[in-house]
Amino acid sequence: MWNVPLFPDRASSLAARVDVLFFVWLALATLVALAVAVLIVFFSIKYRRGSSANRATAPEAVRARRDRRIELAWIFVPLSLFFVMFAWAAELYYEHAAPPGDAIDVYVVGKQWMWKLEHAGGQREIDELHVPAGRPIRLVMTSEDVIHDFFMPVFRIKQDVLPGRYTILWFNATKAGDYHVFCSQYCGTDHSRMIGHVVVMAPAAFEAWLARGNGAQTMATRGAERFRQYGCSGCHGANASVHAPKLEGLFGKPVQLEGGGTVTADERYIHDSVMLPKKEVVAGYAPIMPSFQGQIAEEDLLDIVEYIKSLHDAREGTVR
Amino acid sequence: MTAATAHRTYLGAGFSLWSWLSSVDHKRIAILYAVSITVFFFIGGAAATLIRMELITPAGDLVSAETYNKLFTMHGVIMVWFFLIPSIPSTLGNFLVPLMIGARDLAFPRLNLASWYLYILGGLFTIGALVAGGVDTGWTFYTPFSTMFSNTHVIAVAAGVFIVGFSSILTGINFIVTIHKMRAPGMTWFRLPLFIWSMYASSIIFVLATPVLAMTLFLIAIERFFGVGVFDPALGGDPLLFQHLFWFYSHPAVYVMILPAMGVASEIITCFARNRVFAYRSMAYAVLAIAIIGFLVWGHHMFVSGQSIYAGMMFSLLSFLVAIPSAIKVFNWTATLYKGSISFDAPMLYALGFVGLFTIGGMTGLFLASLALDVHLHDTYFVVAHFHYIIVGGAVMAFLGGIHFWWPKITGRIYSDGWARFAAILVFFGFNLTFFPQFILGYLGMPRRYHEYPPEFQVLNVLSSAGASILAIGYLLPLAYLFWSLRYGAAAGANPWRAKGLEWQTPSPPPTENFVVTPVITEAPYAYAESRNG
Repeated sequence: MWNVPLFPDRASSLAARVDVLFFVWLALATLVALAVAVLIVFFSIKYRRGSSANRATAPEAVRARRDRRIELAWIFVPLSLFFVMFAWAAELYYEHAAPPGDAIDVYVVGKQWMWKLEHAGGQREIDELHVPAGRPIRLVMTSEDVIHDFFMPVFRIKQDVLPGRYTILWFNATKAGDYHVFCSQYCGTDHSRMIGHVVVMAPAAFEAWLARGNGAQTMATRGAERFRQYGCSGCHGANASVHAPKLEGLFGKPVQLEGGGTVTADERYIHDSVMLPKKEVVAGYAPIMPSFQGQIAEEDLLDIVEYIKSLHDAREGTVR
Repeated sequence: MTAATAHRTYLGAGFSLWSWLSSVDHKRIAILYAVSITVFFFIGGAAATLIRMELITPAGDLVSAETYNKLFTMHGVIMVWFFLIPSIPSTLGNFLVPLMIGARDLAFPRLNLASWYLYILGGLFTIGALVAGGVDTGWTFYTPFSTMFSNTHVIAVAAGVFIVGFSSILTGINFIVTIHKMRAPGMTWFRLPLFIWSMYASSIIFVLATPVLAMTLFLIAIERFFGVGVFDPALGGDPLLFQHLFWFYSHPAVYVMILPAMGVASEIITCFARNRVFAYRSMAYAVLAIAIIGFLVWGHHMFVSGQSIYAGMMFSLLSFLVAIPSAIKVFNWTATLYKGSISFDAPMLYALGFVGLFTIGGMTGLFLASLALDVHLHDTYFVVAHFHYIIVGGAVMAFLGGIHFWWPKITGRIYSDGWARFAAILVFFGFNLTFFPQFILGYLGMPRRYHEYPPEFQVLNVLSSAGASILAIGYLLPLAYLFWSLRYGAAAGANPWRAKGLEWQTPSPPPTENFVVTPVITEAPYAYAESRNG
């Protein structure tokens, strides 16, 4: 009980930058609140009823002009300050919105009331996330039921985790340690027990952890199995006779849509193509794919997504 | 009260219960509202007390998780819709709008009574759901949890809130028409007291925003009851659509809580500083600006929801803009003290406390409007502290200030000024001790709505709970000395504060018809300095 932290640890590349923003705001807020408080106290004493302070006022015209100037000052000084603070915070937010290209993907599924995580190598974790320090980590997250939120205070980031779509959160951990993960979007009875740890390790230790991991199969291997099991290969496989879009090399590429428009084949696109196939039909193909909504678990679908990504990787000749 | 005057005041117009329940006198309806919202305030307060008791220890040991979730939901639902939103408008507003503009009553007296009955009907649904087992969605009813996953009485509570919304709409329509059409001769728009401006701005929000809440709750009911997919993606819906609709109402609803409080503070500060309000016109335009821009900032509740980052930027910018008129008001209140002749009666202490707490609440709101910072702070105790500074430190403090200021007018009695000052100071310190530690907890990362929490957060939570017990005494005290004054208080006379508003030109308590002779207004409001001796 007597361990009383007043400020959270900083363990990501972003944390210090958010903290600077916070401290500048804290200084500004303290300044304004103190100025108001000091003025109120000062006036309260000086102009208390019965005091002998001089209350003679300037002629109306002079006073009106002076008041106008004062008013303009306290409109435009805060306004320009606000623009600066807005731009600073928005720039940081915008900059952090796009993960770097070399980030390691980890997949997160939230469900009442636990976090299930899976590494590309097939290692699964529950309520724990092991990551290496100094490498950007990109979390691809979805929920099996209600809205959750993956919050890591020491990294100063959070993101809602929604059913039926993927959201992305990324960070670059800088300091080894064991830190809190909280679900910060109220999700029902055991919301406050939907907590976990993020364990930041030195890269070598992390490699050792991965190697010891329980990933008998990589996610892509498992995805290939699911791909057959759910009958995807019947149309999208190499020997299929049905006219279906080819998936090799698809990931990350632009896709022309029936009726105009282009989308990038990212995780969201693959997810939606399986769940809501009529939504974005590839140009030149008949809308014959059935929806898998309610038939495939989000975790299995993530395996398939990783499998389709690996098809891309094989063709490009890169190693994941 | 002597027998000779009894029949002439609105209080003497009838003594049976039915004479109250069937009265269309705006002043008696204000009393009906005052009694009802006080009951709801203490029910909501009881829930808060249990929440703070549970949070004294990190483990969830006082109540179960289910019960805890129902407690904070009922606390939010009752405090927001059955206390804060109706608080100042339906009590002080109902009582004062006709008096301040020199009218005999509101434009639609029966509609006014109907709005109270709707309020009670909505309240009964909510209390009924509470007795039947409660609801655990949070006052925000986020989907798809509220529609497809919660096993509690969601529809009953949504129905209660749906109904009470119509009470707000009727009050809003009544105020708008009354302020437009029933001003006494000479009461031009820019001679209106700022309290009237704040009621006008709040009424616009009541009328424009509340229907959106009604639709949203209706959609929840049809998804939950009939399985029509609106918000749940498993049924083909969109959960973010709910958040957009909900906050389109609920952000303006926050301004409906604070605008009336600003009106009250303006009346009190000018009176006890014996000075006209600094920059009257800016003060009037500021409340309108807040009401209008307030409709365009709802997305700042959704920076981490998966909303587009570009939408996030627009909402962030607009949220900074809406802070400008609030800042102007704080500076203007401060400037009103300059060269005044200030006394520190209880209403003034509440009003000055309001200015201080509102300033802190407003400034911390800017932290949250800052995108990258909100990503860390969203849904933590920082947010809890911020909005309690606005709506408890701000709105409730001003409500109490207003009750103390107009109590002599409403009841014709004087309460104990010493006890009242003591209560104001107690509330101020109790409030800060309760909610300031929550800013620190929030930055540390403690999420909202947590039944259990990591042990390192305990000391700050204990401080917060200790503050809450002081705050509770601060809120119970006025109940005692105000009731005491009804029986033992000295007669107030028409104008104990030597205040300038029209409401003070008629006897206390006012006669049923408000003014024996319709007043004619010949000067700007707050002509205090002109009549000051030295």
